[in-house]
Amino acid sequence: MMALSLKKHPMPEQAPEVRAHNFEEVALGYDEETAVAEAERCLHCKIPQCRKGCPVGIDIPEFIAKIKERDFDGAIAKIKESSSLPAICGRVCPQENQCEKYCVLANKGEAVAIGRLERFAADREMAQNRPVEPIHYAEDAKKVAVIGAGPAGLACAGDLARKGYRVTIFEALHTAGGVLSYGIPEFRLPKEKIVKKEISNLEAMGVKIELDSVIGQLYTVDELMQEEGFDAVFVGTGAGLPRFMEIPGENLNGVYSANEFLTRCNLMKAYQFPKYGTPIRVGKKVAVVGGGNVAMDAARTALRLGAEHVYIVYRRGEEELPARREEVLHAKAEGIDFRLLNNPVEVVGDDKGWVKAIRCIKMELGEPDASGRRSPKAVEGSEFDLEVDTVVMAIGQGPNPIVASTTPGMETNKRGNIVADPETGATTKPGVFAGGDIVTGAATVILAMGAGKKAAAAIDEYLKNK
Amino acid sequence: MFKILEKKELSPGVFRMVIDAPRIAKKTQPGQFIIERVDEESERIPLTVADFDREKGTITLIFQAVGASTELLAEKKEGESILNLVGPLGKPSEVAEGIGTVVCIGGGIGVAPVYPIARAMKEAGNKVISIMGARSKEILIMEDEMRAVSDETIVTTDDGTYGIKGFVTTALGQLVERGEKIDRVYAIGPVVMMKSVADATRPLALPTVVSLNPVMVDGTGMCGGCRVQVGTETKFACVDGPEFDGHLVDFNALRTRQGMYRDMEAEAEKEHKCRIGLGRDS
Ligand SMILES: Cc1cc2nc3c(=O)[nH]c(=O)nc-3n(C[C@H](O)[C@H](O)[C@H](O)COP(=O)(O)OP(=O)(O)OC[C@H]3O[C@@H](n4cnc5c(N)ncnc54)[C@H](O)[C@@H]3O)c2cc1C
Ligand SMILES: Cc1cc2nc3c(=O)[nH]c(=O)nc-3n(C[C@H](O)[C@H](O)[C@H](O)COP(=O)(O)OP(=O)(O)OC[C@H]3O[C@@H](n4cnc5c(N)ncnc54)[C@H](O)[C@@H]3O)c2cc1C
Ligand code: SF4
Ligand code: SF4
Ligand code: FES
Ligand SMILES: [Mg+2]
Repeated sequence: MMALSLKKHPMPEQAPEVRAHNFEEVALGYDEETAVAEAERCLHCKIPQCRKGCPVGIDIPEFIAKIKERDFDGAIAKIKESSSLPAICGRVCPQENQCEKYCVLANKGEAVAIGRLERFAADREMAQNRPVEPIHYAEDAKKVAVIGAGPAGLACAGDLARKGYRVTIFEALHTAGGVLSYGIPEFRLPKEKIVKKEISNLEAMGVKIELDSVIGQLYTVDELMQEEGFDAVFVGTGAGLPRFMEIPGENLNGVYSANEFLTRCNLMKAYQFPKYGTPIRVGKKVAVVGGGNVAMDAARTALRLGAEHVYIVYRRGEEELPARREEVLHAKAEGIDFRLLNNPVEVVGDDKGWVKAIRCIKMELGEPDASGRRSPKAVEGSEFDLEVDTVVMAIGQGPNPIVASTTPGMETNKRGNIVADPETGATTKPGVFAGGDIVTGAATVILAMGAGKKAAAAIDEYLKNK
Repeated sequence: MFKILEKKELSPGVFRMVIDAPRIAKKTQPGQFIIERVDEESERIPLTVADFDREKGTITLIFQAVGASTELLAEKKEGESILNLVGPLGKPSEVAEGIGTVVCIGGGIGVAPVYPIARAMKEAGNKVISIMGARSKEILIMEDEMRAVSDETIVTTDDGTYGIKGFVTTALGQLVERGEKIDRVYAIGPVVMMKSVADATRPLALPTVVSLNPVMVDGTGMCGGCRVQVGTETKFACVDGPEFDGHLVDFNALRTRQGMYRDMEAEAEKEHKCRIGLGRDS
């Protein structure tokens, strides 16, 4: 047997100094030879640890074996037994905390590049543009309403349609995709090539998507079931409610939530203003507050919109950054200035109501708390100002209450998340299921997708027995 | 796509459009609004539903062409369509029987959003006194409609070309002076007008509702761009409002936030004019 490399095959990517000024995808994807060579690194373990780390339990050694044999169709078929959105998850899963974390090779060197291989198999299939078979629905097929066209809703709708249910997705925005369309930027997840394609494949199967439909306002869940003839409902409305820090100065001109900043740019294409009508204000210096994927996306978007200097302000340290490792590395290579262990205490305005600085206090990490996390403590008297024209708050999102507040009988917890059975998605209201960020709080694409699939199976059971 | 069934210029630069939107018409209540997007490249902008006909399945929008997006909408002809229309958005006005005497004040284009509230208040059996303010007689809109739903209608013009010379607050002051027992005031119009009404009614402890118009994007509570300061709290106008207690609103902050894109809006309007200019040449 030949000696195996301890390192992953590197991902071809746009050079940092080039990509910092365009919105094209950063990571270019493996070609066939690289994919096969990377697949050869897999040991095809008898008890594959990697699978434990995949929230939907993809048969990783099997699909990798198929890539090694150049049976690329077989590889994607294997993946699709467990996942509905492999081109997306291969790109955005935090692999270093999931499948790749448990790969045995990670003990000695680098794990097998499972995510990159998954993306390769999915992209290769997509590029072939195979026609989608429309589903033939039975005359008396039951109807299911899906609320929200994010990964949870899309996965649920797809599985239900394949089982013969007539599915209508109701989406509040003018574009389907949820965070995949309005949040995660083009340079990480191409919209036309990947996201729109997944959605149009669903439509080709016969899933109806009603855009511009805010459930809770246009119809309530009860109206969908009692007047519009739906036999079951899945709620996948995500965690769309932006949080602010509740510090002075947050309503000054120049302060954005990450949701607004990213929506203006991704969904409304403000980066092509004035050709596209929606403005966005970036300024020369930008501070993004937070350390997760959302913060990295906002910071790198600001850079691409022309900001000269972009800070990440985060109250904990490097180790604690919750973003995908790859995004942190990409952000650093592009020149984002990380100001770790700093916490904003005020946004300082000028006399006309515009941001001129963000006042921060230095933090130090204390002893580990009960959860094992070292909680940050402010260093007294260490306040200082960072001069900026724009501040983007990327400190998390909560659940939007519109659906819950108009659906009697569907319980929520004290944070406002819908209470649902983790295995079935069943809520406390008969016939109503829920999954994704609206249940778990802001999490990941793969978990939302997995929840959508589980709920589809449970809805099938429920309707068969009804 | 949403078809424009009727279009009329009510006064220079102010348009009324009746749009085919049965789902929205069925659900809309007074005080609510929609967000529209004319085409793939345009901005999403909020407009109040000025009227709705549940039987015909139509909604009426009344808007003033003030910049790129409203001008683009104004160029659409009868029979043409707009790409996106989402609604109804926001909370409905709190209309109820037995409120008593409601004074409905509309300033300029603000008459359009106050009209369905006045109508609903009247239908619920309240006494409605309407005050309509305009800079000048020829830009006054919807006078007949307002008179038809009001027990009394007072017109004010800044220049005295019609009705009382002065502002809506002048007329409101006269109502108070003559001893009218007022139970609630609705004031919708330019920020300065809403602020002066609120300042006038605060010392009299007259409950005053205003409808706020900050810059919006999604209209579902997702972006937070529409945040307004109400008392000690920050609210999202699109989902918590658009109506708020006028005595608690920080109108100065609202004015500042409305100006966030002023220079870029001018650029967008120039680009828009340029484009239609080009269209004519080719
Ligand atoms: C900027 C950003 C970057 C991220 N990066 C990553 C990443 O790299 N990797 C990763 O795994 N995860 C990432 N995430 C998290 C991930 O995107 C989410 O966990 C996932 O999208 C949740 O899916 P969902 O289907 O539950 O909800 P969403 O994707 O939020 O979709 C919900 C949909 O429901 C619609 N909706 C809401 N209310 C209503 C209503 N009343 N009526 C009709 N429709 C409604 C919304 O408009 C939206 O389209 C990121 C999130 C953000 C914001
Ligand atoms: C709830 C609500 C209801 C409204 N109802 C009506 C109505 O019935 N009739 C009417 O004529 N106008 C109404 N407006 C105002 C209308 O939305 C703006 O006039 C319009 O967006 C201006 O866009 P523009 O591109 O033509 O002009 P611009 O030159 O871009 O803007 C002119 C001014 O309008 C405001 N504005 C700009 N963009 C937005 C936006 N996306 N959202 C809100 N305000 C914005 C700003 O204060 C700006 O300075 C309403 C606004 C809100 C929030
Ligand atoms: S879906 Fe995500 S966690 Fe599962 S194998 Fe693929 S990249 Fe890994
Ligand atoms: S643990 Fe690593 S080496 Fe083993 S099967 Fe999984 S990917 Fe292959
Ligand atoms: S317009 Fe986005 S939250 Fe109100
Ligand atoms: Mg505009």
